[in-house]
Amino acid sequence: MSIPKDARHLFRFAILFVIAFVVFLVIRHFVVPKTFGEYGHYRGAAITEIAARPMHFAGHQKCETCHVDIGEAKKAGKHENVSCEACHGPLAQHADDPSIQPTKINTTEVCIRCHADSAAKPGVFPQIDPVQHSGGVPCETCHQPHNGL
Amino acid sequence: MNIDRRHLLVMLPAAAIAWKYVLAGTPEESPNYTMTDHWWSMLINIPKCIGCGNCVRACAAENDVPDGHFRTWVERYHVTDWNLSNPEVVSPDGGKEGFPAVPKSVGGDEGFSSSPESAGKYFFVPKLCNHCEDSPCTQVCPVGATFIAPDGVVLVDQTYCLGCAYCVQACPYGCRYIHPEKKVADKCTLCYHRITKGLTTACCEACPTGTRQLVDLKDPNDPIHTFLKTHSVQVLKPQMATGAKVFYNEMDGSVR
Repeated sequence: MSIPKDARHLFRFAILFVIAFVVFLVIRHFVVPKTFGEYGHYRGAAITEIAARPMHFAGHQKCETCHVDIGEAKKAGKHENVSCEACHGPLAQHADDPSIQPTKINTTEVCIRCHADSAAKPGVFPQIDPVQHSGGVPCETCHQPHNGL
Repeated sequence: MNIDRRHLLVMLPAAAIAWKYVLAGTPEESPNYTMTDHWWSMLINIPKCIGCGNCVRACAAENDVPDGHFRTWVERYHVTDWNLSNPEVVSPDGGKEGFPAVPKSVGGDEGFSSSPESAGKYFFVPKLCNHCEDSPCTQVCPVGATFIAPDGVVLVDQTYCLGCAYCVQACPYGCRYIHPEKKVADKCTLCYHRITKGLTTACCEACPTGTRQLVDLKDPNDPIHTFLKTHSVQVLKPQMATGAKVFYNEMDGSVR
């Protein structure tokens, strides 16, 4: 079969079109991330990257594997459901390497964060006026923070 | 085998559909955590909140949130009997250092009365990303850098984000900000790096009163199912039809 004389320019155009399409596919291959579209219109690998971020709070379950006695003591009192790091701060570093010693918390400061008097707080929550109540004497002089007495 | 054009045209769409199912069945890489087994959200029990700011501090520590920006924050509402629909809302530094005490004896307001009974009511509303099912923020992203993960958490791919801040404008809850150093959108990830390892979020871990509870709606043993049946629970701005998933127990009508 011979190509009609007048159709040659169409073939040249078609070849150009195919080349442009191949170039587009090659560029697209390098520009679009590998996992894009894995779950939707986004980079699927981003999910695992976000899940791999470092932790700062160890979680009370981890604390209680070593500090069993404190965990038991807490069960006796009102602070049963207050997790360790709510008062002690983030201590994942200490949990990973116990030689890193956390600094002792200042009870006077930490206790009143929750227990300072305010009309804005729910009435059932135990509150005190820090000045009238103790006059600056550290809370743990009379109270046991771990069993909330 | 002889395939003519008619048969080929019939078979091609069928093959395409079949190939789609083959791809969908590809197992996920992480063996311990299956995204499709979870649908994460959070329950906020407003009557329990004391406004201590533990959650805000914990969130900042866990996620390196820059000062002056918040992935979660606490608002204090003051609703007076005279102006029920116009609450006074304060959130000093997002409630990070707690709230100034309201004296129990005075509590007067604008000279109306000085008795605490008529001074109106106070309550705290912790806020965070609502991880909406039909989130406006993910819909406006021009590059596909923010998305709803298959487990219902709205995330930002910070390596892909341009920092155009369309999503910051789109969020009706004001839950997004542009990170001042990274220049990309940042927001609550529902501590995705913790919940995928079986832990709770930093804010829930640090909450001393149990106001915040991480919820997995796909877990049949999650106490949320009983809770939702037996309590009056709302979401923020339901009229926006965002499918917000942060549930507020006993929320006052004045909360916006």
